[in-house]
Amino acid sequence: MTVIRFQERDFASEAPRTVLESLAEQGIEIPSGCRAGVCQSCLMRCLEGEIPVGSQEGLKPALVAQGYFLACRARPSSDLTVALADAEGLRQKAHVLAVESLNQDIVALRLKPERPLDYRAGQYVRLYRRADLSRCYSLASVPTLDDWLELHIRRIPEGRVSAWVHDQLQVGMQVEIGDSLGQCFYTPGQEEQTLLLLGTGSGLAPLYGIVRDALDQGHRGPIWLYHGSFTAEGLYHQAPLQRLAARFPHFHYVPCVDRASPEALALNARVGSVLEVAVGDHPGFARHRVFLCGHPEMVKDARLKIFLGGASMAEIHADPFLPSGT
Amino acid sequence: MSLYQQLGGEAAVNAAVDIFYRKVLQDERINRFFSGVDMEKQAAKQKAFLTMAFGGPNNYTGADMRRGHAHLVAQGLNDSHFDAVVEDLGATLKELGVSDALIAQVAAVAETTRNDVLGK
Repeated sequence: MTVIRFQERDFASEAPRTVLESLAEQGIEIPSGCRAGVCQSCLMRCLEGEIPVGSQEGLKPALVAQGYFLACRARPSSDLTVALADAEGLRQKAHVLAVESLNQDIVALRLKPERPLDYRAGQYVRLYRRADLSRCYSLASVPTLDDWLELHIRRIPEGRVSAWVHDQLQVGMQVEIGDSLGQCFYTPGQEEQTLLLLGTGSGLAPLYGIVRDALDQGHRGPIWLYHGSFTAEGLYHQAPLQRLAARFPHFHYVPCVDRASPEALALNARVGSVLEVAVGDHPGFARHRVFLCGHPEMVKDARLKIFLGGASMAEIHADPFLPSGT
Repeated sequence: MSLYQQLGGEAAVNAAVDIFYRKVLQDERINRFFSGVDMEKQAAKQKAFLTMAFGGPNNYTGADMRRGHAHLVAQGLNDSHFDAVVEDLGATLKELGVSDALIAQVAAVAETTRNDVLGK
């Protein structure tokens, strides 16, 4: 048994319980989300003691250096003194610059944060409706190209954050956002490699950022973006993507729909899932760098198929989908 | 020189992990045990396993092996499946040009985990 000291009280912790579990059992609820070390909602800071192995995975070096850790991953091996993360340091206010409809279900929310946000195109941020009500959304903006942050937010039935964004947020209002998170982004090097990006629905957001970031950083290899939706109405951003494809001949934009229609035909959309269409276009994936975002089943199927098609596991990037129900 | 050094250390593990995992996923004898698992996490586990089998640094204990595979034993994991994994491992090394003598040594290290993996 070890002791966790928190807010000047001692709490017993029995192996293999995590800090999050031990505190919860004794009536202390630390804000948490995925409980799998991904969403980083349960970030805490270790003031004394040995930070449990594995509880800092995925944290930025600056946070690691300051003793931050994830309570859901921390199984203490010795006594610890811990504190809540300095939430103010990681959260900040942002002004709403625009709420624009992209299609019938998805809006683009443009924000101007009070302090510049340090992020990579393709990462995501947490958007707070209230301190205890928030959701993560991918960034479609690129720090070197865009003077604002852009999120693509799909209206979820009964969604308590998405409905607020769609129905209540207006230009000039103030919201709060968290720090940038996630490992799904373009890194320079291997400029000749083929990039393959597969997204469905608002999963286009991070891919749109990654494509523009890669082009801006001088990626020279072919870049293939497949964006899928059930029908043509679910697609969006065709115009800017087509303009990008006209400007950069090595960038290929391939809209895909499950159901053919005159609208889909007018857009030159291919019929089939993004994965089926991509598999048909590429004989193999041996040297591809791959980015996946969107429906969890698509991400899962694509990861398997593309890996078996020769891509290295280390070259397949996808941030885990964080289901939150509503 | 240790087995791990002779094989090429961490670089050898990195070269082997994709090939090995691909073989396992396509092996009809055993791939049902891998359906539905998180592939990224599984790849990390495969890497830890290969490091161990190559005689490299690892923190595996027999108890970990038992705990980690108990749910698979409950689904019918047995000697034939263990043999299939060892065979896929050997084929992976063969593909990478490793000598039969070293492959036999790797198989012998893997063999030491059989009883714990199968909960015997």
